[in-house]
Amino acid sequence: MLLQQLVNGITVGSLYALMALGLTMVYGVLRILHIAHAAVFTLGAYGGLWAWHVTGSFWIALGCAMASAVAAGLAMERWVYWPLLGKPPIATLIASIGLFVGLEELYRIAAGPQPYAFALTPRLPELRWGPVLITPPQALVISVTAALLAALWLLLVRTRLGLALRAASQDRDMATTCGMNVRRVVAFDFALGSALAGAAGMLVGIYYNSVSPTMGDVAGYKGLAIIVLGGLGSIPGTVLGGLIVGVVETLVIGLVELPLPRDAWAFVAMIAVFLIRPQGLLGGR
Amino acid sequence: MYVYTVATLIGIYCILTLGLNTVTGMAGQISLGHAAFLGIGAYTAAVLMVTYHWGFWPALIAAVVAAAASGAVVGGAAIRVRDDFLPITTMGVNFVVVAVFLYSPFFGGAFGIGGIPSPTWFGAPVGKPGFLVLVVAAVLLTLAVNLWLLRSWAGLALLATREDEDGAHAAGVDVRKFKIAAFTIGTGLAGLAGGLYASCLTFISADDFGFPFSITILCMLVFGGIGTNRGAIAGAIVLGALPELFRPLAEYRMLTYGAILVLLMRWAPHGLLGEESALWRRLARRRAA
Repeated sequence: MLLQQLVNGITVGSLYALMALGLTMVYGVLRILHIAHAAVFTLGAYGGLWAWHVTGSFWIALGCAMASAVAAGLAMERWVYWPLLGKPPIATLIASIGLFVGLEELYRIAAGPQPYAFALTPRLPELRWGPVLITPPQALVISVTAALLAALWLLLVRTRLGLALRAASQDRDMATTCGMNVRRVVAFDFALGSALAGAAGMLVGIYYNSVSPTMGDVAGYKGLAIIVLGGLGSIPGTVLGGLIVGVVETLVIGLVELPLPRDAWAFVAMIAVFLIRPQGLLGGR
Repeated sequence: MYVYTVATLIGIYCILTLGLNTVTGMAGQISLGHAAFLGIGAYTAAVLMVTYHWGFWPALIAAVVAAAASGAVVGGAAIRVRDDFLPITTMGVNFVVVAVFLYSPFFGGAFGIGGIPSPTWFGAPVGKPGFLVLVVAAVLLTLAVNLWLLRSWAGLALLATREDEDGAHAAGVDVRKFKIAAFTIGTGLAGLAGGLYASCLTFISADDFGFPFSITILCMLVFGGIGTNRGAIAGAIVLGALPELFRPLAEYRMLTYGAILVLLMRWAPHGLLGEESALWRRLARRRAA
């Protein structure tokens, strides 16, 4: 029972981590809170659902989810975030909230307020291990997340672009001084984070079998809570934070009756961390 | 009658934007949870009046005190939190507060609280026009508080904190004290709005005080011109009346708000009547001539 809850928790937690990584990467380089990231996530879910209906292929759907998310992320970077760089942080934050609220409403108008089913059954075996059962959607979520995280790690550690990204997140001005094209690094940063969010959106749609305009709400806010837990800008911290929130949430809900809904607890935990350890769990700065 | 209700609600929006202006416009502390304090005020007044049969006036005062006290606690947490984290913290506070209202039977749970009595004036109910007069008086009181604050030494300290926190600190301003004071005053005003709101609508539920409403208040303030009292009032009136004047707009309200926020930040961050806005500079020049 406990092990089963652990599996459920890791599944949910890996979805949170995937979603929150983009937030952390944008904060790391630009020091802005990318609230509209949740709208990118939702767009990924719709893009994936559309492509799956048209082609019936999981891989094409995943590609479409990530591509649509990348397009949205790059457009935001190009027309909203980059021009606002250097303005007071409140301007960027308010613009980001405006983007989020407006886009969510746009999805509602375009696709209707009702949730769509995302009835994709992955052709994976049911893994049974004594009393523990890993369902095909869970196996899909965990394996795709693991693959994406591994790819991200290789990209960041083994490529020149990854090195540039890490340099820019350490000190953007110094990176510029050293002759780096920071403009391109920022665009790359947005593209990478948005691609992960798009994949997360589609996987969430499949896992809960539902795609709706407001699906980004809880995911987005929780993503913010997670990057805070993990220490803003720390990529390993974010993955760890996502898994912790997912596992703790699932375990606690399964074991005890609580007076508050599960989504509120992530915020209670976040506020507690703020007060006790303002730099986050793994944050050094 | 409907016109009175709309005008009363716009008056309540004015109190909310003026309160948020104290926190965000003057002290520079970004709050994304202003609606939570409206909710705390509204629920305090509603529970006291419906469950404990308090009169309107003591309940209204209790609403202000409850909201200001919770605001002081959040302000106390805010001084521990770095600038970037404050918006997320206040947003989290908003979610937790709504969840408490929604899940606690004491606050009516998902059904909300109904049958909230209207205020009486020497034994007679004030009626809708009377209530509007009451709200306008509350707006004037709020404006008086803000004007007094702006002209006092404390107001100067708040503006200094907004412009340069470290500089203000070095100049001998107790930044932490003034941040907490700004939160206490701003959220107390939201509590006043909450008491009036509960009594005006006679029915409240947790969803009225969610994060989208916090965004709506912020949008009104930014649209009018953040940092100025005239901007706060102009924003509340224009954005409060627009959906009523153009019905099709009500359908796309959040889309409009979102677009307004992005476009304003991109091209006119000072809003309609802010200190540096084109319109206000033109008005000021005309007055000088």
